[in-house]
Amino acid sequence: MTDATHSDDISKAEPARNQWWDVWDQFKTHRGAMVGLIVFVTIVFGVFFGPFIWTADPQAIPPVVDMIKTRDFRPIYTVLWDSGAKVSWANPLGTDNLARDNLARLMYGGRVSIAVGLVAMVLSIVLGALIGVLAGYFKKLDGPLMRLTDLFLALPLLPLILVASLLFREPLANTFGVEGGIFVLIVALIGVTSWMQTARIVRGDVLALKEREFVLAAKSIGTPNRRMITRHILPNVMSPIMVSATLGIAAAIITESALSFLGFGFPPDFPTWGRLLNDSVDRMVSYPERVIWPGTLISLTVLSVNYMGDGLRDALDPRIRGR
Amino acid sequence: MLTFTIRRLILAIPTLLFISLVIFLLLQLAPGDPMAQVPLTVPPEVKEKMREALGLGEPLHIQYIKWLRQFFWVEPLNLLDTWFGTEFAWHWVPVDSSISESRLAVLAEEGRLRDTAEGQEYWSPELRVISWQTRSPVMEIVAQRIPQTLWVVGVAYIVGILIALPIGIYSAYRQYSWFDNAGTLVTMIGFSVPPFFSGVLVIVIFSVQLNWFPSIYDTTLVVDDWESFKRQINQMFLPVMVLALQITSQISRFMRASMLDNLNQDYVRTARAKGMRERVVVMTHVLRNSMIPVVTVIALGIPSIFGGAIITEQVFKVNGIGQLLITAIQANDLPMVQTLTFIFAVLIVLFNLIADVLYGILDPRIRYD
Repeated sequence: MTDATHSDDISKAEPARNQWWDVWDQFKTHRGAMVGLIVFVTIVFGVFFGPFIWTADPQAIPPVVDMIKTRDFRPIYTVLWDSGAKVSWANPLGTDNLARDNLARLMYGGRVSIAVGLVAMVLSIVLGALIGVLAGYFKKLDGPLMRLTDLFLALPLLPLILVASLLFREPLANTFGVEGGIFVLIVALIGVTSWMQTARIVRGDVLALKEREFVLAAKSIGTPNRRMITRHILPNVMSPIMVSATLGIAAAIITESALSFLGFGFPPDFPTWGRLLNDSVDRMVSYPERVIWPGTLISLTVLSVNYMGDGLRDALDPRIRGR
Repeated sequence: MLTFTIRRLILAIPTLLFISLVIFLLLQLAPGDPMAQVPLTVPPEVKEKMREALGLGEPLHIQYIKWLRQFFWVEPLNLLDTWFGTEFAWHWVPVDSSISESRLAVLAEEGRLRDTAEGQEYWSPELRVISWQTRSPVMEIVAQRIPQTLWVVGVAYIVGILIALPIGIYSAYRQYSWFDNAGTLVTMIGFSVPPFFSGVLVIVIFSVQLNWFPSIYDTTLVVDDWESFKRQINQMFLPVMVLALQITSQISRFMRASMLDNLNQDYVRTARAKGMRERVVVMTHVLRNSMIPVVTVIALGIPSIFGGAIITEQVFKVNGIGQLLITAIQANDLPMVQTLTFIFAVLIVLFNLIADVLYGILDPRIRYD
């Protein structure tokens, strides 16, 4: 009898819900995170689908006479305070000193910057999670892998990235083409130098998980190590991995822009946000918009990603969730 | 505690050796050739001599050991020599054909020539790490650049900490108040706006539009009176502002988190229940305990002062260590890059150690031995 009423209760209760819905509910309550998500999605959409609507070529330099006529246009809103400014509706954000359209350059630059950020983040997360899980799960590997992590943390990273970006430029450019080679190079450099924090956090969590009963149960029915990791360990360390993934995008975008800004990134005629900023610094007094637009876009992207990371951290923390 | 410190010190040696090997090998891959700028008219055998003089052409492991010896033995001795006027870093070298007669005569006059069974030897300083750009010892250039970096980045670090601590304390004490939310926004911005943008932005605003501060740091300025001191402060203002924003946002986040951890502890309730004034509870009990992780974070950040804020120095044209590194990399000056990178690594390892030891001293619950 009691059993029947009990099952009745259960059937009346809400249908089973994926835990990610709970996470999403909690995430939605974090105002900063929601604004961040909207801004980030808008920027990503604008940058990846914008060029299909605004079809100006970011690299095309018109013939000399046209170039002299159409270069150095100011953004259209400059007319508001300076009626004599050289503006044109054909170039809403103006043109640069070679008459290339600024809006198109910003969109293409954003594609590269965000692509670098995403791919470098994936690389660093995969490396970090792999090393963290291996170190936490296999006792024999723990010592050596953690020493390796400590060594990487003690390396002066920015100088080494700068040096390495010069060293491997030529060989990679020969194999993957100029732009492709530098993309691979920068992504690899950022990924290889930013996995350490993830690895440490993941290792700590795996060490704690290993002592739990469900792992013991799984072990007692003879689950092989490989399935143990993929089925039982990895799903349970997804939260810290996701948080470091979000923050990793921000760090990667900043590092890429810094490299481009210092002149160690993509080649000069290839637009990325950092590169555009660097190229415009010399003439920022006459054309401040060429500095402000790419700089604002970098900052906005990073800011929104950081807020998303903040919200995600709260949402993924089961102690906070549901409060 | 002492055994722990000693153990960590000993452990630091293999770490440093490994890092030096990584840096050395990475740079040995460099495609640059220091002889590339030598005119083509120079005969090949002379070029070979010059190569040998730079210590190239030897097997890798010999070059590595020589470099380590120069870095850890010759350079410190040279430092002593310049401080006390001694000649620790000098040694006897057999005389060969590269020394002219007149030089030999001078040496003999100074009493720096002696006869041994193998032949004549003369007293000369050991070869130091020589920059390929300027042909002068790397350490001398570094010593010239350090003051600029320390002034700008060091002051920014101190200013940043002084601003960050009160902000962190107050935002934790009034969590979710408007002050806390504003502080969170400002620290988020400090995290997210990269220095190459915030630097350029403050130049446009404060130096181009308002004309309050110079945009370029003048390193030739000698501070000897009140007037020049004011000018020095004036030109330091913008770079310090940009750097301090970043440092403040990091440290105030730490301070806030650490205060929040402690404010909910039982001992705080006990202190309040004893009837202590709120000021004493927060500023004495909670603050002292919250400072423990913050102090270690501050210690961990110190290497970055010496490392120079590479980007900020580049934006404001401060010719400090960071700028030196950039120019050295661009000019393919391997000894300079090698030495600078390794100095940074030594500082990172050293301050990691100091932070660990500090943690043990400040928090008696954490003793590693």
